[in-house]
Amino acid sequence: MAYPYVHEREVRMISRNFGDPAARTLDGYRERGGYRGLERAFEIGPAAVIDEVKASGLRGRGGAGFPTGLKWSFMPKAGVKPHYLLCNADESEPGTFKDRELIRWDPHQLIEGCLIAAYAMGSRHAYIYLRGEFFEASQVMARAVEEAYERGFAGRRILGSENDIEVTVHVGAGAYICGEETGLMNSLEGRRGEPRVKPPFPAAVGVYSMPTTINNVETLAAVPHIVEHGGEWYRQWGTDKSPGTKLFCVSGHVEKPGNYELPLGFPMMELIEDVCGGVAEGRSLKSVIPGGSSVPLMDVEDCRECTLCYEGVEAAGSMLGCASVIVMDDRTNIVREVRRMVQFYAHESCGQCTPCREGTPWMTQVLRRIEAGRGTESDLDTLLDMSAQMTGTTICVLSDSAAAPVVSSIEKFRDEYLALIHGGERVEVA
Amino acid sequence: MLTQDERNRIRAEAAHYDHPQAACVEALKIVQEHHRWVSDEHLKEIAALLDMSPEALDSVATFYNLIFRKPVGENVILLCDSVSCWIMGYEGIRAHLKEHLGVELGETTSDGKFTLLPMACLGTCDRGPAMMVGNELYRNLDNDKVDEILARYRHPSGA
Amino acid sequence: MATIYVDDRPYEVDPAKNLLEECLSKGLDLPYFCWHPALGSVGACRQCAVKQYRDENDQRGRIVMACMTPAMDGARISIRDKDAVQFRAGIIELLMSNHPHDCPVCDEGGECHLQDMTVMTGHNYRGYRFGKRTFTNQQLGPFINHEMNRCITCYRCVRYYRDYAGGKDLDAFASHNHVYFGRHEDGALENEFSGNLVEICPTGVFTDKTLKQHYTRKWDLQTAPSVCAHCSLGCNTIAGERYGQLRRILNRYNAQVNGYFLCDRGRFGYGFVNGDRRLRQPRLLQDGESRPVSGAEALKRTALLLGRQSRVIGIGSPRASVEANFALRTLVGSRNFFSGMAPGEEHLVARMLHVLRGAGVRTPSLCEVESADAVLVLGEDVTQTAPLLALAIRQAVKQAPRRQAMQLRIPRWDDAALNEVMQQQKGPLYIATPAGTRLDEAATQCFRGAPDDVARLGFAVARALDATAPPVRGLSREERAAVQAIAGALRKAERPVVVSGSGCGSEAVVDAAAQVARALGGAGTANLCFTAAECNSFGLGLLNAMGTAEAFQRVADGLVDTVVVLENDLYRRVGRASVEAMLASAHVVAIDHSATDTVAGAEVAFPSGTFAETEGTMVNNEGRAQRFYQVFVPQGEVKPAWSWLGELAQAAGRTELTGLRSPDDLLAALGRAVAAFEGLPERVAGASFRVNGEKVPRLSPRASGRTAVSANVNVHEPKPPEDPDSPLAFTMEGYPQQPPSPLITRFWAPGWNSVQSLNKFQAEVGGALAGGDPGMRLIEPVANGAAAYTDEIPPAFRRRAGEFLVVPLHHIFGSDEQSAVAPAVAQRSPGPYAALSPEDAQTLGVQDGEFVEIELDGGMFQLPALLMSSMTVGVLGVPVGIGSLRGVDLPARSRCRRV
Repeated sequence: MAYPYVHEREVRMISRNFGDPAARTLDGYRERGGYRGLERAFEIGPAAVIDEVKASGLRGRGGAGFPTGLKWSFMPKAGVKPHYLLCNADESEPGTFKDRELIRWDPHQLIEGCLIAAYAMGSRHAYIYLRGEFFEASQVMARAVEEAYERGFAGRRILGSENDIEVTVHVGAGAYICGEETGLMNSLEGRRGEPRVKPPFPAAVGVYSMPTTINNVETLAAVPHIVEHGGEWYRQWGTDKSPGTKLFCVSGHVEKPGNYELPLGFPMMELIEDVCGGVAEGRSLKSVIPGGSSVPLMDVEDCRECTLCYEGVEAAGSMLGCASVIVMDDRTNIVREVRRMVQFYAHESCGQCTPCREGTPWMTQVLRRIEAGRGTESDLDTLLDMSAQMTGTTICVLSDSAAAPVVSSIEKFRDEYLALIHGGERVEVA
Repeated sequence: MLTQDERNRIRAEAAHYDHPQAACVEALKIVQEHHRWVSDEHLKEIAALLDMSPEALDSVATFYNLIFRKPVGENVILLCDSVSCWIMGYEGIRAHLKEHLGVELGETTSDGKFTLLPMACLGTCDRGPAMMVGNELYRNLDNDKVDEILARYRHPSGA
Repeated sequence: MATIYVDDRPYEVDPAKNLLEECLSKGLDLPYFCWHPALGSVGACRQCAVKQYRDENDQRGRIVMACMTPAMDGARISIRDKDAVQFRAGIIELLMSNHPHDCPVCDEGGECHLQDMTVMTGHNYRGYRFGKRTFTNQQLGPFINHEMNRCITCYRCVRYYRDYAGGKDLDAFASHNHVYFGRHEDGALENEFSGNLVEICPTGVFTDKTLKQHYTRKWDLQTAPSVCAHCSLGCNTIAGERYGQLRRILNRYNAQVNGYFLCDRGRFGYGFVNGDRRLRQPRLLQDGESRPVSGAEALKRTALLLGRQSRVIGIGSPRASVEANFALRTLVGSRNFFSGMAPGEEHLVARMLHVLRGAGVRTPSLCEVESADAVLVLGEDVTQTAPLLALAIRQAVKQAPRRQAMQLRIPRWDDAALNEVMQQQKGPLYIATPAGTRLDEAATQCFRGAPDDVARLGFAVARALDATAPPVRGLSREERAAVQAIAGALRKAERPVVVSGSGCGSEAVVDAAAQVARALGGAGTANLCFTAAECNSFGLGLLNAMGTAEAFQRVADGLVDTVVVLENDLYRRVGRASVEAMLASAHVVAIDHSATDTVAGAEVAFPSGTFAETEGTMVNNEGRAQRFYQVFVPQGEVKPAWSWLGELAQAAGRTELTGLRSPDDLLAALGRAVAAFEGLPERVAGASFRVNGEKVPRLSPRASGRTAVSANVNVHEPKPPEDPDSPLAFTMEGYPQQPPSPLITRFWAPGWNSVQSLNKFQAEVGGALAGGDPGMRLIEPVANGAAAYTDEIPPAFRRRAGEFLVVPLHHIFGSDEQSAVAPAVAQRSPGPYAALSPEDAQTLGVQDGEFVEIELDGGMFQLPALLMSSMTVGVLGVPVGIGSLRGVDLPARSRCRRV
């Protein structure tokens, strides 16, 4: 199989065209069944589209897992005011690399998803906000949009219908925080990408102060399939609370890192051992971050019974997030990796809220000190106190994200911290 | 002075939006394409074109990692320094790059060829360590691969 | 009304407010940084955290930000909750992690909100053990000092400067914990209200650079309630002195007038009080030589000039208090008392007073202008002539969009959300002036024209609003369209306001503004706001003085022996030749605080006190009489002008001022003599006023240097000076609590050393001062006084070949006589110029900076041309009070040629 790694247990729905360059063109996409979802959407009408998406139980794939159909239904009725659909393609959560692949292999799938979503919510303008670093992806996307316009799949009177939907690709300029939906809206307006205070929520006051819905790339990629085949069909995969399939981005110490589309509820250990070929170089597993760097770390014990769905990972003490599974083997210096994550957040903090702006660099320095063997046990209390101060107390969740790995690592890997503190050097675990 | 082409492109971008300010990041990028970075003079010119104060534009410009308000080399190396790359050996690559180029992070080589910058996750964690040089993404880096890539940029003719 | 429970105690609150506002209003202490009553909430600093509980059974609760939580009925919160207390201390600790702890060398020290809040939260042990980030500071001009290392990133500065005051050149740069607040590059802050950053910044990032030059801690300043002397708005200030020098001006909150803010002229224009142009000793002019003399000698000389046989007239002043003017009027008799205003201005002030008193329209306070939802400005460049009115108008344009935003159920205080919804929308503001103004950028539409055309536009708007108003013929198509737009916006508004004044020197413009206000209808609706040239123009106007021109006529006619000139540089009022003729043909006795040209030419000159060295009453543009109090005892023989007048009378054996030995006496007599002032004396806290039997101290209880303060001169302790004229004391003894609102000498409350302690002085946060805002309105419309429309509509302006209409252009920095010599303000003042439209410049063949010559009032003036694209063709603008061109009544026609 061509795409880096493919596994037989995968259910390749949104990733079906990965590794298939021919699918990038509109014709190639059509030949593979593309744009049928859009045609069906136009047949059944906006309300029915929302109903199908609601029935599918699709949950937002950007990390929070909010039910998509419900989110769509928050949009006010289409009226005088313009409504906007925003596609969040500012993928920058460390450990996550699915949206880039969805865009570069299957841009029309995303365009179709955007068109259906925009149509369902009465929005006549969809923006696709790509992060600035995605140069290749942005070119692929721009070409696909251009083609869609040329062929009547975007713009005025789509597919000969009465529906006008503009699709605009907007490329950012490098700022993690623009992945936060209100930060993204500010960035789109040409402002600093600082998250906004909610309420008001985007469905009431969004981009250009107009009602706005913002969905992740992967969420929108699933929409054409759901609309084409029906919500119930989508539920044949996954669990009751987490229906459907999900791309798992596996990175770190595994034999075959990559994107795998699996039904939600897939067992964590089977993903690592079976699908990804196990921990690399025959080492043993130490820790897994299941949902990108902003969720709590899991130790081996947590992983054993964990199933990869929203409720399953939560039961294991972490969060599914965007299903970015970072695998760390027994040689990994947990303190250093945690410091690296916190340092990332310190740099990417927008600087609005005190706990985040001041707390993240402070924590970084405390972690550095511990790493360097100059820490004290009271530093751990300091870290935990600061984490508490930074959780649930700011405008967006960036500071929560920074605190999560700190708290969980001290909880699960306290001995590593203590070894550094007392020994001055990290003790190799046999 | 901005070239006529830059001005035209900026005006065209601004025309897409109700508020010309919405095009400001795009405008900064257009200027960067030509000049690699945004000087104070250019910043003022762009601001005037978009009916913004230099302060308002600079406020936006300095928020974003990919807008350079200081001179950079011919090739900007963005070295991903997020967690997955760290796990996969980022520190070795960083040390190698620093030694090879003779610069620290944030600096430009004396020949003006390269500027080395750390960058938040590049979103290719399954193939770390990774870096971008200009618009090109390079993955699964090791020291030899880094040498080979840099050589290509040093001698673009492909000697 | 709603009931909330704070730590289980019920409070009646306004559910339209947030919890922080209401806690502060109830006198509870809750620390905060990013919230400001005038700016609203954004929820960034996270300092005002409280625990909120679902109901009385909820034991866990959750941390919420009080500033972002509505004070909803039944809300239960705890300020004292352990978690909330710990959280707030934690926030301070975070904020302080990069703060340099340089309080001993920081100008904010001792009046720092950050210090106060730190103490309030109980944070006292620093856990941060790492390096601190540092920044490079910027040179921000003569007013503001910049020290970024102290910044705690509350964002108040940009929110105030950019969002509130409309400034463009201050912003937030970079991100994470490197956010930097400043300009794009070094340079003077351009906004006219930059000085408020000093009070907005909760710590020492933006501090008063003029104070720095003679720095004194807040607690060592001797302070008194004062009123700004630099324009007609009468903003309330607190002036502070030490060692005989006036050292700074702070805002004194008055909900009806200036609210929380001052303009930079008002804040930094005080330097003239300490300046070397001050007259500190009487002078005699003998044989062409001026020499300093003792008061006794000067009085002896003056006694001869003011003798019973002498024919004496008095010339008053729009920058002197009503008491001083009235003392002069009393001394010389009302038929011999002349206003001393420039003839044109004098006429316009009379006209404006006539309109406001008789025409059934009411003039709004500044606070009411802020809440206007449609504004028409006729002829006035308010940013330059009445700066804070421009700031109020900048708030008014937010009213209409805000009202729309609030329909989305966003509370009034939620600044973050309101800004998102309002984006950059602005409500209706129309400006018609001869040249561009700084407010234009906030305007819906601007109209340029000569004063007569500005007036015609106004008259036409009145006609469009009310068909019984006289029509205006011969308007262009554009003018007619503008008229329709303006009339439509005013008609649609709930609270429209027309703003005009004497700024462009046109009676027609004043009449037109009145006409529009009348056409809008409704006595009782505050819809006509006038501004005049000086701080007491309206007060003087109410004294029914004779016209200035007549004074000169009488002297020329040989009917006068002696002229007493009160605090007035006549060269600024009438042509040089007229003044010189007067000086040559009559004995001139001048009383003034500074050595003006008039003082230099006077036979006898007496040094009077500035606003800081005397007390008195001024009447602002809204007709509000406000008392300012003496701040300190002046050095030398400086005395209040009214006091000199009393001594002059006594020395000359005259009895007119007998028994009028204090401002209180004069005010009481004024109340009896002039109907407009009736009732005012009873409203003023006079010299005999006491709180609990005590005077109100000007010094703080912490003032240092009470003893041995003059040990370098004499080791014997001088007795503190007494103040027989006011209820204030020049000591730290006296009523230790909050004084009544007109007597607030400083904003301070236990635990609140900074200006933020103002919260404790208000009846409710952002509302009136406890006990009511000071001042008494003397001008109210006569009931049923609706006057008839005027049909004196000027013809359209027609330019004549080779000739220009010269109009006055005002400058916030430079046009006001007193502040212009303050060093900081002088630095920002433009030089002389003749502003021309590029079209006219081309016709004349002049380039920018080349000299042109104009002829005015018989004098020839050479001025560098300034090409101004917004200038009306056929009109030429000259700066008021700057350069040699003064004493000319404008507008006037003049030839103009290239030199």
